[in-house]
Amino acid sequence: MSKEKLQSHAVQTTGHAWDGDLQEYNNPLPRWWVWAFYLTIVFALVYWVLYPAWPLGKGYTTGIAKVTYVNSKGETVTTHWNTRADLMAEMNAAAKAQKPYYDKIAALPLEQIAKDPELNSFVISAGKQLFGDNCAACHQAGGQGVVGLFPNLTDDDWLYGGTLEKIQETITYGRRGFMPAFGSVFTPEQIDQLANYVLSLSGEKVDAVKAQAGNALFHSMDAMCFYCHGDDAKGRQDVGAPNLTDKIWLWAKVPAADTPEKKVEAVKTVITQGLGKGVMPAWKDRLKPEQIKLLAVYVHELGGGK
Amino acid sequence: MQAGIEEQSALYEKRIPIFPRAVKGRFRRFKWGVLILAYSVFFGLVWLPWPRHDGPSQAVMFDLVHRKFYIFGLVAYPQDLIVWLGLLLFIAAALLFFVTALVGRAFCGYFCFQTLWTDFFVWIENLIQGDRPKRVRLYKQPWNREKILKLGTTHFVWLLVSFWTAFTFAAYFTYAPELVRDFFTGQAHPAAYATVLILTLTTYVAAGLGREQICMYVCPYARFQSVMYDPETLVVTYDEKRGDGRMGRAPLRPGAKTREERRAKGYGDCIDCTLCVQVCPVGIDIRNGLQYPCISCGLCIDACDGVMDSIGFPRGLIRYDCEVNIKSPAPGKPHLHWKRLKVIGYGLAVVVMSALLVHSIANRSDLEQAVTQVRQPLYVVLSDGQIRNRYQIRLANRSDHAETYALGVRGIPAQAADFGNFQEVTVKPDQSILVQVSVKLPPEAAMRVESFEFTITPRSRPAEVHVSPARFYGPHS
Repeated sequence: MSKEKLQSHAVQTTGHAWDGDLQEYNNPLPRWWVWAFYLTIVFALVYWVLYPAWPLGKGYTTGIAKVTYVNSKGETVTTHWNTRADLMAEMNAAAKAQKPYYDKIAALPLEQIAKDPELNSFVISAGKQLFGDNCAACHQAGGQGVVGLFPNLTDDDWLYGGTLEKIQETITYGRRGFMPAFGSVFTPEQIDQLANYVLSLSGEKVDAVKAQAGNALFHSMDAMCFYCHGDDAKGRQDVGAPNLTDKIWLWAKVPAADTPEKKVEAVKTVITQGLGKGVMPAWKDRLKPEQIKLLAVYVHELGGGK
Repeated sequence: MQAGIEEQSALYEKRIPIFPRAVKGRFRRFKWGVLILAYSVFFGLVWLPWPRHDGPSQAVMFDLVHRKFYIFGLVAYPQDLIVWLGLLLFIAAALLFFVTALVGRAFCGYFCFQTLWTDFFVWIENLIQGDRPKRVRLYKQPWNREKILKLGTTHFVWLLVSFWTAFTFAAYFTYAPELVRDFFTGQAHPAAYATVLILTLTTYVAAGLGREQICMYVCPYARFQSVMYDPETLVVTYDEKRGDGRMGRAPLRPGAKTREERRAKGYGDCIDCTLCVQVCPVGIDIRNGLQYPCISCGLCIDACDGVMDSIGFPRGLIRYDCEVNIKSPAPGKPHLHWKRLKVIGYGLAVVVMSALLVHSIANRSDLEQAVTQVRQPLYVVLSDGQIRNRYQIRLANRSDHAETYALGVRGIPAQAADFGNFQEVTVKPDQSILVQVSVKLPPEAAMRVESFEFTITPRSRPAEVHVSPARFYGPHS
């Protein structure tokens, strides 16, 4: 059989030969594959022209695609395309869509906002967002708070008042709760008596004798507890003193305690150490008035509003 | 050294051009009928006005932006469509199987978009370049003025038709008259231009250039149709016994002209005129038996019947028939074999699902409600020890008028539920409203109650009470 005949059964080679008889197969790529490759090159070229692509020393090519947006200072900025500017442009569009609602909120008195079904639906959805961004860090996502740290906004107890106006005031200007420490004023025994009395006000099981003594102490000029919490221990909203007769606890971790002794301990801690950390920041510099208004309605509707 | 000389097998097969010959006959007439009907619906429906007071005056429009789908008197929403489209898909599939089990790929040959548009494109080609012989000649001749002019015109008209097809499709998704104005003044949404461009190109490529290759290489249906075939399924068949005889096919020639003469010599009825091959849009020879590219369009039947008529032979050398009949020693008249478990099963499935769809559309409620429990916190202990749960009720008004809904509860005392300002709430048409509800129960009741119901009653139809169940959580549940 001739050499040609043998080769006719082989696949195509590149036509070169090394070392006398060493040959290389020629297996061309499928045409669709080659075309797809060319297309990726064209895509890359178009991309370089449109978008930031090449590093140049300390800078980079910015591309010809532009994004225009209004920044937080109200200036209109046009810049080369980048994801941050793109996000800003989207935020502008979202703010524009919300504007009619906010305009309405700014114009209406607080009570009216909650009565308009459409506006109320907007408050519920936009309020959730605003609350999540600004309030949830302390008051938790649902407004349920943390006993011993941050008030629960979903119950019906308010330190400073739960009307729409009061809530708006609290958000705008903030609050600063304070209770003096009585650890150096009273003996441990007296503090124990006071704690028993306070717990008895909420219907908890206590030592009746101690509570009796605590009652006297509470209303004495030595302790002056009644000065803030009131003669009837129902608190004073003008100074943010809590009602001690209800079943709601903010500072003393009573609900978490499972034995009467631990409950007494929890209350004793508060009386001994006092409180200085009840700080609610003011939001007037961070939020717009209509946003605060919306939040006031939202918080009111979390369930505790009065 | 000499290079390898063997030609390697290509990774793709070069298309062999097909120039289908025009044909006349009953299947051709039926195909025209279907095409005219389909084109009238597709190209015409989008321009049909339909006065609406709360939407665009277009009979059929799929408003993606506002998530509303207008289909004549029916306004559907995505949440309806998910069910209806599911049913529709099932019905379409079962109908396809039903028809395929009965008469083979009838869908492919007469109703498929690819067939309809290819058919129309071939008709245009035929109109501009002439029938098959002229087209073959044009194909073979070198590039000159005539060829450039004729082919250029053909492709230009194809592109025009493709464009209008694409434009019409886009018009179903927006108010059509507005789209015409915006589109040609450069103000339409970029998505509209992109849609029209892509569909123009795909239509042009699929119906103008791809044609039968789409059916053979792209369409998955061609590949699995055979599983739905039975020996009783009617398919386009060449009657080999009659056509080939003992000695095979033979052209008409002296001594083999009448049937008696041909019988005596052992020839069959097929005169080998190859018309059935020339008219085939997928370029196959049906006389080689059933093959997967066959789309069952019946044009070969028309061609053969025409030839049989002209030479005075009985029709039906190529016909719709089933394997059982063709193979039987004494073939009878072809008929539909519907008394089969499979066919009846498919038929029943179509009927049942259609009934379900009609029922679902007819009984759609004008109100859509959803009750969700506020889970952060799950419950709140109030200052007097009562337990409170909170809920959000979303009310979506699907009717065409503003409706007032009265909200209430069942299973717990009425005063336990506080609807705030919205014991009664008015919702505008096509609007949805969120209402917050708090439910307060004394500790003893909270221990007992695990679930209750919200009732929503439209004021205009007090008898129609919508009930949504809700759960109540307390410290011990």
